Amino acid sequence: MTQLVATDLARSYAVGRKRLWRRQRRFFAVDGVSLTLEAGQTLGIVGESGCGKSTLSRLVLGLIEADRGAVTLDGQDMLHVSDAAWRAQRRRMQLVYQDAAGSLDPRLTVRAQVQEPLRIHNLPLDAAEEALIAVGLSGKMADRYPHEMSGGQLQRVVIARALALDPDVLVLDEPVSALDVSIQAQIVNLLMDLQRDRGLTYLFVSHDLSVVRHIADRVAVMYLGRIVEEAPREALFARPLHPYTRVLMDAVPRPDPATRRARKLQIGDPPNPADPPSGCRFHPRCPLALERCRTEDPALRSFGPRRAACHLVEDFG
Amino acid sequence: MSVMERITPRRLPLPRWLTRAPLAVTLAAGFMVLMLFVMVFARVIQPYAFDYIDLMNRMAPPVPLEGSTWLHPTGTDTLGRDLFSRLLVGTQTSMLLALLGTCLGAVLGVTLGFVAAHKGRLWDEAIMALVDFQAAMPWFIIALAVLAFLGNSMVIFIAIMALYGWETYARITRGLVLSAREQGYALAVRGLGARPRWVYLRHILPNISGPLLVQLTVNFPATILFETSLSFLGLGIRPPMTSLGQMLGEGRDYLINAWWLAVVPGMTIFFITLSMSILGDWLRSKLDPSLED
Amino acid sequence: MRWTLIKTIRAALTLLLVVSFVFFVLRLSGDPTYMLLPDDIDEATRDFYRSKWGLDAPLFEQYRSYLVALLHGDFGISFRNNLDAFDLVWDRVPKTALLMGTSLLIALAMGIPLGIIAALYRDSWLDRGVMTVSVFGFSMPNFFLGILLILVFSLNLRVLPSSGSDTWWHLIMPAATLGISYAAQFARYTRSSMIDVLSKPYMRTARSKGAAPARRVNLHALPNAAIPVVTILGFKVGEMLGGAVVVETVFAWPGIGRLLTSAVATRDLAVVQCIMILLAITMIAANTLTDLLYGWLDPRVRVGAKAGAR
Ligand SMILES: Nc1ncnc2c1ncn2[C@@H]1O[C@H](COP(=O)(O)OP(=O)(O)OP(=O)(O)O)[C@@H](O)[C@H]1O
Ligand code: SF4
Ligand SMILES: [Mg+2]
Repeated sequence: MTQLVATDLARSYAVGRKRLWRRQRRFFAVDGVSLTLEAGQTLGIVGESGCGKSTLSRLVLGLIEADRGAVTLDGQDMLHVSDAAWRAQRRRMQLVYQDAAGSLDPRLTVRAQVQEPLRIHNLPLDAAEEALIAVGLSGKMADRYPHEMSGGQLQRVVIARALALDPDVLVLDEPVSALDVSIQAQIVNLLMDLQRDRGLTYLFVSHDLSVVRHIADRVAVMYLGRIVEEAPREALFARPLHPYTRVLMDAVPRPDPATRRARKLQIGDPPNPADPPSGCRFHPRCPLALERCRTEDPALRSFGPRRAACHLVEDFG
Repeated sequence: MSVMERITPRRLPLPRWLTRAPLAVTLAAGFMVLMLFVMVFARVIQPYAFDYIDLMNRMAPPVPLEGSTWLHPTGTDTLGRDLFSRLLVGTQTSMLLALLGTCLGAVLGVTLGFVAAHKGRLWDEAIMALVDFQAAMPWFIIALAVLAFLGNSMVIFIAIMALYGWETYARITRGLVLSAREQGYALAVRGLGARPRWVYLRHILPNISGPLLVQLTVNFPATILFETSLSFLGLGIRPPMTSLGQMLGEGRDYLINAWWLAVVPGMTIFFITLSMSILGDWLRSKLDPSLED
Repeated sequence: MRWTLIKTIRAALTLLLVVSFVFFVLRLSGDPTYMLLPDDIDEATRDFYRSKWGLDAPLFEQYRSYLVALLHGDFGISFRNNLDAFDLVWDRVPKTALLMGTSLLIALAMGIPLGIIAALYRDSWLDRGVMTVSVFGFSMPNFFLGILLILVFSLNLRVLPSSGSDTWWHLIMPAATLGISYAAQFARYTRSSMIDVLSKPYMRTARSKGAAPARRVNLHALPNAAIPVVTILGFKVGEMLGGAVVVETVFAWPGIGRLLTSAVATRDLAVVQCIMILLAITMIAANTLTDLLYGWLDPRVRVGAKAGAR
């Protein structure tokens, strides 16, 4: 059974200041992304900072308006609906933010905030207590205010708040990036337990391949607003097809202390997303770029269970 | 966009020693409590009806002065009306009007500020143009014109008071809402499926109430001055009613032989505005220590 | 260039808004013949005036002819003394300008140096003294300050005249009354703006480079500290005009303010209307001037609101 399907999602932002008599320049932060998310599975999204991961998360949820594209959940339209219907649909899909502290109201206790979605949807408040227990917070802890809690605890609160509505899908926008490594593992394990117990479906966004490798069933790689490769986890890590994916993997810190520092990509900084290169968007940084890469934009093509957007991929296949 | 947009005419912080000194703040708070008490109970504690005319004791000075009478320890005015009673009722009127005007103006301004921030575009432009307009034109003089055109009735007078200063609330609210709305928690609550009104009333309004409260303490003394100025000119509160400004306006004609008729209500106004200034700055330093200098 | 264009359009719109406001509020207030003519006049005469003033025409037509008349400088006739309203008002302009100018001079000449001194000697007894006086100064209602001055200097000491405008002596108390409360405000604005600027990195740089204190203040701090003070000027001029109405009444200073007070009391609508329009022009000029000054001192832009998606 297929659950969440995003088709050709795109969102543009204005560049620079608006000037009279001149059309405002725009660029696409997300430019035609299509995804399929199976029920009970986790799709990981990876990419450098600024490639449009957060924009994509918000687009999928309808939190920002899409320039084009569609999102369906079990065949039901999630974007082009009335405001009231959209609000009701929030019970099925929730977002977990990277900035847990910022996404909580500093004036309210944790319990009040976990209860809030239930109040909004006029549901019994018991679910809040249950959600708090599920994330390992309860009793006295829930009477605290956000500023009295640690980063890991706050992320648990945000997860509990999202769970209170008993949703089917959670979009997790870098849920652990802001946390210490030891805490990261706790939260990732918590998320995996919750997924097993509740049959949740995750769209898991991260710039950290190692975290994604741990939790995701499938992985999509984003570059400048587009998906350049998507594959089952094992296949991707066993044999990445796209040159960019390989560069990303080389940057993953190894246990070996000698190479641990190689976090930064070896190929320099990404181009300005507001002014993407011609042809293949990756060509200025691509170690394998050909002449045709400069002019011809490679399509995202399927190769069995996986997809990739690179002129060279046939050679690999 | 006019300058008014950018230079939120904020009140400047009082010197540190004054805001830190609990004595000044305590005195100010005590005085304002007294004024609030008078506002509520003036008619109960007045020794005479404020408009009771005692023709036998006209222009009696306050007690230590020559020619005073113990019937009216604080003196009487030209018609022999008890000065203390009139002071109580005048304070009541001025305080009530200022409170009403401040609150109505706050509600109006905050609402329009929310609308401007929420609706954006045309609404925002229109409301901010009104704000600029109101800030650019001295409202005191506009008020005079309105009183000339429409005549003076209590409803018009209160409406004028309410419209005084609304634009500051609107501007402050709009700015605060625009930034608060981009705060994670506002977006997050929206993502839970809350209506905009829910987000605004339960999250944004409480989180921006501090600066609005400070503005309230700035606006209140200004409104008192506004009312007393109009009444002083004989264009606001008029006999048989009385207010502090009206008393001062009347007393002005007898400066030569009964200076207290003007000085007593004048000092009362002065103490109210002074107390509110001190309280407001203290409140501001408590709510936002970064604003303190 | 575009900026100037927008400014001009905005100014024109503001003026139109004021003019329309005056017109419609006036019409809202009922049949002007009842207000402008004696009560005991018969209906036929009333009708005569109605058609004479064009009150029987449709509202839009009235509005149009009202605007046309204004464009021709025809502000109507004061019904109190049958004089041209504009002439009546224009005669008073010099007196008010004199009062306003002197007061503003007092406010700036006292407020700004005091504010600078308070900022430079922050937290010293000098600072405390200046700031205490300033708190008292702006909490004091100007009409009450005027009365106190009259009590002391006219009635007790008998050194200054309490009303009129015949000699320079007459100017002292009204100008002082109006000037002092704004001096208090300017002192506070200047002080806090100076303190702000003095704590900026570029001031520290100037200090570390060993620039002499006087040079630092003159060359670096003052121009920057002036920005917020200049920008409130236009705003304060409007407020001060309101204050002038009160002060002119207290001291029987024969300016526009006193004319306005009596015109309002007697509902001399043509005069009130004329004053309002002059006021609008003054304020627009003052604001445009401060805008120009501000844009010249500190070119930053305002960010507009954008509607949310949901
Ligand atoms: N509201 C906005 N207005 C203009 N540009 C925006 C806006 N939001 C995002 N962008 C731009 O869109 C691009 C994608 O941003 P996004 O936040 O989606 O990236 P990201 O992959 O989540 O990055 P990060 O890892 O830093 O969170 C960036 O270039 C960003 O500058
Ligand atoms: S298309 Fe060319 S430039 Fe783009 S990733 Fe493939 S090889 Fe590199
Ligand atoms: Mg992001």
